[in-house]
Amino acid sequence: MTVLTQTVPKTVIVKGALLYGEKQADLLVEDGLIREVGEVSAPKDAQVIDADGLVALPGLVDLHTHLREPGREDAETVLTGSRAAAVGGFTAVLAMANTNPVTDTGEAAERVWDLGRTAGLVDVHPVGAVTRGLAGEELAELGLMARSRAKVRVFSDDGKCVGNARVMRRALEYIRSFGGVISQHAQDPDLAGATSCCHEGELSGRLGLPGWPGVAEEVIVARDVMLARHTGSRVHIAHVSTAGSVEVLRWAKSQGIAVTAEVTPHHLLLTTDLLAGYDPTYKVNPPLRPAEDVEALRAALADGTIDAVATDHAPHARHDKEHAFVDAAFGMLGLETALSVVSTVMVENGPMSWMDVARVMSANPARIAGLDGQGRGLEAGEPANLTLVDPTASVTVDRAASVSLSRNNPYHGRTLTGAVRATLLRGTPTVLEGTLHEDDPDHRSDQRHRPGVGQAARS
Amino acid sequence: MRRHLLSIDDLTVDDIDTLFDTAAEMHDVQNRQVKKLPALRGRTVINLFFEDSTRTRSSFEIAGKWLSADVINISAKGSSASKGESLRDTVLTVCAMGVDGLVIRHGASGAAKQVSEWVDAVVINAGDGMHEHPTQALLDAYTLQRKLGPLEGRHVVIVGDLTHSRVFRSNVLSLRKLGASVTVVAPPTLMPSGIDGWSKDGGFTTSYDLDAVLPDADAVMMLRVQRERMSGGYFPSAREYTVGYGLTRDRLALLKPDAPICHPGPMNRGLEIAADAADAAQSVVLDQVSAGVAVRMSVLYHLMAGEDSSE
Repeated sequence: MTVLTQTVPKTVIVKGALLYGEKQADLLVEDGLIREVGEVSAPKDAQVIDADGLVALPGLVDLHTHLREPGREDAETVLTGSRAAAVGGFTAVLAMANTNPVTDTGEAAERVWDLGRTAGLVDVHPVGAVTRGLAGEELAELGLMARSRAKVRVFSDDGKCVGNARVMRRALEYIRSFGGVISQHAQDPDLAGATSCCHEGELSGRLGLPGWPGVAEEVIVARDVMLARHTGSRVHIAHVSTAGSVEVLRWAKSQGIAVTAEVTPHHLLLTTDLLAGYDPTYKVNPPLRPAEDVEALRAALADGTIDAVATDHAPHARHDKEHAFVDAAFGMLGLETALSVVSTVMVENGPMSWMDVARVMSANPARIAGLDGQGRGLEAGEPANLTLVDPTASVTVDRAASVSLSRNNPYHGRTLTGAVRATLLRGTPTVLEGTLHEDDPDHRSDQRHRPGVGQAARS
Repeated sequence: MRRHLLSIDDLTVDDIDTLFDTAAEMHDVQNRQVKKLPALRGRTVINLFFEDSTRTRSSFEIAGKWLSADVINISAKGSSASKGESLRDTVLTVCAMGVDGLVIRHGASGAAKQVSEWVDAVVINAGDGMHEHPTQALLDAYTLQRKLGPLEGRHVVIVGDLTHSRVFRSNVLSLRKLGASVTVVAPPTLMPSGIDGWSKDGGFTTSYDLDAVLPDADAVMMLRVQRERMSGGYFPSAREYTVGYGLTRDRLALLKPDAPICHPGPMNRGLEIAADAADAAQSVVLDQVSAGVAVRMSVLYHLMAGEDSSE
């Protein structure tokens, strides 16, 4: 691989990649677009990326991240979160609204959007709050966020459930005029309150930790699919964690209800027994579940009942995790490890192909979020958002090696199979040889600052 | 013996026997006019209490003082999270003063275990949330042994708010370790989640019917029921709780006359325990309190006397 100097060539050639892990081909990338697919001879001044043995996927899209800016810049910023995303193979992320201040106005959304463009490593799309201040009572300025430069289409009170059925119904009706979707954090606040922090079962009983029963998620999923049916609007269920929710989703989809769902990498791999030592690294909302739920989630992802993998990347400053378990912050890092976890669990030890990975980590999340320039095919004329994966690399996760500002990594010390080697955002490498590639800010390629290029390619 | 006492699971049966033998010696010291032993002279014990406590804190304080340790009480009421300081920072600050033993009470389950991973001092769990209260279980078992002899094969009934009780969680472990058979009784709403699997594993039985199990009990342990639980919908009224699960005068008649009645205190007379039962000849509530000092002296002695304070 060539080491780039200060100027980024406009032409990149990816040599010998396995497209979707299947067919070997070269990809000629020019002006942010894939120009040619097949056997391509390199133009003289092209940057060559040797992708022999690497799987080429469309750039990954994450429906669910917490970038913490504004408000908690000690835990993460849009820039550091963008770095983590790029290293993880992502070319677009949705940044949740539970910042301080909350993203509940057009101005707040534009601020996050602008920070993302300045960072320039991935497309950062702000998620708008459903309710003002995430308080669950009055609607946030949904329409103004949709009309803003950020063109918000995904709304969520994530971190909190839209618990009031009337508010949820009105929000669903309201967003129909601009094709929005509500991503619901499904947690009935009466069945699982703010202190609920451990899957309710034998372990929570023994440990004396406040239980978070699966039914608290399932009743909201059931209610919301009925509201989706009633309103004709789209509901997306964030971080599905139980077999019961999967059953409800399967039924709803069989009825043609407009519901989609995501699962996190950690709910596909980690189980509730990790809480036995009271280590707050494993404290996450919804909580880690027993193996039966994990099995059901894997099956649902493979059969399409769950549409997407989303990280719920939730960085926290160290001191916010160094409390007693019930007092510690919820959440774990996820952007840098997501592909490796999915590769290990669902490809190496599961039924999924790389084509399936492209579906659940790129095409489906892009479609759900309405991102026209992301999640597209590896074909001539499409935006050159690419992720190159070494499918056989064995990686031992080291939390100290993260580009995130935080270290709450639940996979520390685990060995996973599959690693992101390179990421291209509209033709510009953001990661090469597995390492972040940020050029000198004065010499940035303008390509990756033009999210519009994808839409242009489409028509 | 392990370095810290965080859970009854940290102790083997031999450890418990050793602790009880020493506790018996300490018990004799309690009856002397001069109660001081020099065992922990020069050692510092901090009672770090994040939750209100009168009996446990003073019991540890007396135990430490009779062993000649310097005992300091720190009340850190209110969650440190709400004050903006992490638990780790709070305990490191306290330990930086030079502490050999840290007796910790915290409202959050697991807090003592977490603290033990951060500090050099010996950590003794004086109650962590709904999880465990190992010295309470030790003093309960010690008291029962003094009344009943070896607990092997004896039947102990534990009644009350099991869900929220660290006393129950530690007691079921210690009593089973010592070979007692255990039945726990509560309305379904006050049984911890997953107790069916746990009781199978743990070798104890559950029941909703106190009247059915009392006649066969060799001892009964009544747990405190907090009136706040009613607002949580755990049971409809104090009256209904008492009728179903209180140790009433009528139920006292079902109990063997020599079966000890335990209560960790503070008692809600008239709710979980009638005055007649609390004051009955077979009530050992005050024996528990005095055993508490002896058992805690024994714990402090075994965990701290051998420790090299120069580390």
